[in-house]
Amino acid sequence: MSKREQLKDDFLENRLIRRRLVLSAIFTVILLSLVLGRLYVLQIVEHEHFSTLSDSNRIRIKALPPTRGLIFDRHGVVMANNLPAYRLEIVPEQVEDLDSTLLQLKQYIDYTEQDLKRFKQSSKRRRPFESIPLRLNLEDEEVARLAVNLHRFEGVEINARLTRNYPQGAHAVHALGYVSRIDERDLREVSEVEYAGSTHIGKLGLEKFYEHELHGSVGVQQVEVNARGRTLRVLNESPPVQGNNLHLTIDSRLQKVAEEAFAEYTGAVVAINPNNGEILALVSMPIFDPNLFVNGISFDNYNALRDSSKRPLFNRALSGQYPPGSTSKPFYALAGLETAVTTADQEKYCIGYYKLPNEPRRYRDWKKQGHGHMDLNNAITQSCDVYFYDLAHRMGIDSMSEFMAKFGFGVKTGIDSTSERSGLYPSKQWKLGYEGMVWFPGETLITGIGQGAFLVTPLQLANSTAAFSNKGKRYQPHMVKSVEEVPEFNLVEISSHVAGSYELQSDNNWQHVHDAMVNVVHGLRGTARVINKGIQYQVAGKTGTAQVFGVAQDEEYDEETVAEKLRDHALFISYAPADDPQIAVAVIVENGSHGGSVAAPIARRIMDAYLLEES
Amino acid sequence: MNQALDSGSISYTRRALDALRLDPVLLSLLIILALFGSMVLYSASGSDQAIVIRQMTRIFVALLLMIAIANIPLRMIRKISIWLYLAGVAMLVAVMFFGEVGKGAQRWLDLGVLRFQPSEILKLAVPMIVATYLANRVLPVGLKELVVSSILVLIPVLLIARQPDLGTAILVGSAGFFVLFLAGVRWRVMISLGVLMSLMAPILWKFALHDYQRNRILTLLDPESDPLGSGYHIIQSKIAIGSGGVYGKGWLNGTQSQLDFIPERSTDFIFSVFGEEFGFFGSVVLILIYLAIIFRGLYIAAHSTENFGRLLAGALSLTFFVYLFVNTGMVAGMLPVVGVPLPLISYGGTSMVTLMMGFGLIMSIRSAKRFLV
Repeated sequence: MSKREQLKDDFLENRLIRRRLVLSAIFTVILLSLVLGRLYVLQIVEHEHFSTLSDSNRIRIKALPPTRGLIFDRHGVVMANNLPAYRLEIVPEQVEDLDSTLLQLKQYIDYTEQDLKRFKQSSKRRRPFESIPLRLNLEDEEVARLAVNLHRFEGVEINARLTRNYPQGAHAVHALGYVSRIDERDLREVSEVEYAGSTHIGKLGLEKFYEHELHGSVGVQQVEVNARGRTLRVLNESPPVQGNNLHLTIDSRLQKVAEEAFAEYTGAVVAINPNNGEILALVSMPIFDPNLFVNGISFDNYNALRDSSKRPLFNRALSGQYPPGSTSKPFYALAGLETAVTTADQEKYCIGYYKLPNEPRRYRDWKKQGHGHMDLNNAITQSCDVYFYDLAHRMGIDSMSEFMAKFGFGVKTGIDSTSERSGLYPSKQWKLGYEGMVWFPGETLITGIGQGAFLVTPLQLANSTAAFSNKGKRYQPHMVKSVEEVPEFNLVEISSHVAGSYELQSDNNWQHVHDAMVNVVHGLRGTARVINKGIQYQVAGKTGTAQVFGVAQDEEYDEETVAEKLRDHALFISYAPADDPQIAVAVIVENGSHGGSVAAPIARRIMDAYLLEES
Repeated sequence: MNQALDSGSISYTRRALDALRLDPVLLSLLIILALFGSMVLYSASGSDQAIVIRQMTRIFVALLLMIAIANIPLRMIRKISIWLYLAGVAMLVAVMFFGEVGKGAQRWLDLGVLRFQPSEILKLAVPMIVATYLANRVLPVGLKELVVSSILVLIPVLLIARQPDLGTAILVGSAGFFVLFLAGVRWRVMISLGVLMSLMAPILWKFALHDYQRNRILTLLDPESDPLGSGYHIIQSKIAIGSGGVYGKGWLNGTQSQLDFIPERSTDFIFSVFGEEFGFFGSVVLILIYLAIIFRGLYIAAHSTENFGRLLAGALSLTFFVYLFVNTGMVAGMLPVVGVPLPLISYGGTSMVTLMMGFGLIMSIRSAKRFLV
C-alpha cells in the first residue's frame, strides 16, 4: 500500500461527499427557484401583456425584401434596373388542400415542373404564413384570366413586385452577369435572415461580386392577423433599405462599338485605362440576353444557349485561356534587354527556321523563306519567330518566367468579378508537378513565341499591355468606379490598387520596344499597318496568331483547306496615344486567322471611339 | 381479507422490482414524467398520433435498456468505464473525419445499420471514468488528481464543442465537473478557476464561439434586434408561456402552439407549449416532479457504500438537473438558445436513451449497497 492509500479514511470521505451532495441539492433548489421566479414573472406578473400579444390579435412578423441597387455605366447610362412584374404567390397556411389548388391553378396559369419544385423548396424554408412565389413574370393576359377567378382560390395572390431588368438586353452581359432565383446553394453563403424576403440573388459577374452592395437590407413588418391568418392591419414597420447603386468604369458606348465590331466572330476584347486599371470595355462574344435568367429560364432556351457551338454562356474575357502567340514578343524583347541578354542592335540572321545544337528538329518561322538580318526593332515589327527562338534559347525558361510574372502572366488580375481564370506561364517546376516530366529545351523556344503551354486570358493580356504602356506599373483592374450609398446617395469612389510595379533598369530599353510597337502599326512593313489609314493619333501595337491546329514538321498550314473552327486565333494588343497612353486594348478573335487584318481593326474602332468621340 | 391481498400484492411487486434491481421511487417518477411528456407531445405535434406512438416506443426501449444496465454489477461498470471512454473518444475522432453533416454540424457516425452520435456515449463515459479514477484516491482531491481528471473531461468536451454541438459539450463537461465537485475540489481552487474563466471569457467569445453562437447570446440580451432570426424563437416562446397565465389555456388549446408560432415546438421548445397550455401551476408541478427525481438520485448517492457509487450517482443526477435548467432557462428567455432537450418530454430518441441508461447506472449503484451490507 502506498502512503496515500493508508491515509484513505472512508468515514471522512463519506462525510465530505455527503456535505457536497447536500450543497448541490440546495444549489439545484435555488436555481430552479430562479426559473420558477422567471415563470412567475412571465405567467402571472406580465400575463396581461403577453395575453394581449397572443390573444385574438395575433402579431406576425413579415420580411420585406429590399429593392436591388441600380447599375450605371461611367456616363450614367442605366445597365440594370428593376421593373414591376406580376407574380403568382401562395400562402400555404391559408390553402385548405394545396395539391388540388395547384392542380386547379394550372387551368389558368401555366407553370412548369421547375416552378413547382422551386415553390416546394422555398415553402420549406419560409414560415407557413408567408407568401411564396409559384410563378414570376405573369403576362397581362394571364393576370386577367386569373384575377376573374381569384375569389375561388383562398390563399392565392397576384402581387406586383419589382424584378431585376436589364434594359439593354444582351449588351454587356459578360461584364454585368445576372441575377436569378435563390437556390439552396446560395443560401449557404448568405444570411437567411437578410434574404428572408428576397427571391433573387446575383449569380455571375458584377451582380454576384457586388451582391453585398446591391442587395440592401431586409425590412420588417409587424402585422396583426385574424385566426385565418389574413392581415388585418400593419402595427409596426421598419422599411427595407434599398441596395447601393453601382457606377461602372465601363463605357457602354465603347462596349457597344466592340460588340458590333465583332459581327459574326466569336472572341473577346478588354479595354483598360492603363493609368488606373479602370476597365473601359469588357466584351465576350457572342452575347446572350440575361433577362432570360431572371425569372427562371425555360429548358428549351437554356439548352439552346448551352448547346450552341459558339458557346455564348462562356465568358471568354475572363475564363477563356488562349496562347498569346506573337503578342508576347514585346514582353520578351523587353526581358532580353533588361536582363542584358541582348541589345537593341544585336542582329540574328533568319533563314526561315531555327535549330538547337545537337537536335535535328527545325523550329519554323511563319515566313518560310526567312526574314534575313533582324535587329530587335525589325524582329518585332515583322514578328520574326527565329529571332525570338534564339532570344528564348539564350535567356532560358527560368529567367523568362521570372520576368513574365512581373507583368502579371500566369496569375489572376484580381478583377472585381467572378469566374476569372489565371492563365498559365509554364516553368520547370510546373511541368514536373503537373505532368511529372522534365523540361525540354525545345519547349523554351515555343514558349518564347507565345505558344506551347503558355496561356493568357484576354483580360490578363489587356492588363499586361496596360502595365507595359505604363512602364511596368500594373494596376488591379476593376469595373466599378464608385458605389452610391443609399439613403444619402453619396458616392464612394473605389480606389485603384497597384498590383505590381516593375522597375525598369533603363528607360531606353522600354523605349526601344515601344518604338518597335509603334512601327508595327505605322511602319512600312508593320504587321498591323492596315489600320493606320487616316488615323489621327499614334498607336503602339503587336499582332499575334495562336495555333489551334498542330502542323506536322514539314507540312504547310493552308488556310483554305483548314475547317473554320481549326483556323488560328487572331490576336492584337495595343495602346494609344503612343506618347501618353489613355487606353490599352487586347483583342482575341477566335479562328480569325490574322491578327493584323481581323483583330487590329476591332481595336482601332474602340480606340477611335474612345479617343476621338469622347464627349 | 382484501387488505391482506393488497399488502400481499404490494410485497409481490416489491420483490419483483428488487429482483430486477429497480428502484420503485425512481421508476414511478420516470414513468409519470414520460406519460406526462407523451401528453404534451401529442399537443405540441398538432395531435399527431404517429409521433406519440414513436416516442412511446422509444421510451419503452429506453426502459428496457435501463433495466439491463441496472442489472450489471457495479464492479463490472467500473471495469468497462475506461474502455467505454476510449471507444467514445475514438468515435468522436472518427466523426471528425468521416462523420455525417446534419443541420450544419458534424455529429453523426454511420455504422451501416446504426446511425448515432458518439457524443451521447460520453455523457455517461466521462462521469464514469472520472469517478473510477477518483474512487481509489484520497479525497478531497489533490492537484494531480484535479489535473488528470480535467484532461479526461476536456478532451471529449473540446472534440464535441468543435462539431459544433455546444449543448452536448456543456452536458458532458458538467457531468465531469460534478464528479470533481463531489470529490471535494477545494473551494479556493474552484473560485480561482471561476475567476480565470471569467477573465478568459472575452477571449473565448472572440475565438472559440461560432458566429451563430455569438448571435444567440446577443439575441438573448436584446431579442428585438433580430426578430426574423433567433430572436423570433425567444419572442414567440415568451408570448406562449406568458399568455398561459396561472392555469393555462388547457390541453390542445394553446393558440401560440397550435398556430405554429413556436419553432421547434415538439423538440427543444416543448416547454413553451407546456407553459401555454398548463400555466404556472402546471409548470410548478412539472418542476417538482423533476426535482423529486433529482433528489432521489442524490439520496441514492448519499447512501451508497463506496466512493465510486457516491460520485457517479451524484454526478448523473446533477447532470439531469443541468438538462432541466438549461432547457427551461432557454425557453423562458433567461439563457441563450442552446440545443438541450427537456428530458423525457422533448421529441427525439438519442438523448432519452442516454438519460435512461444513466438512471440504469443509478439503480445499479442503489442495488450494490444491498449486496454489500
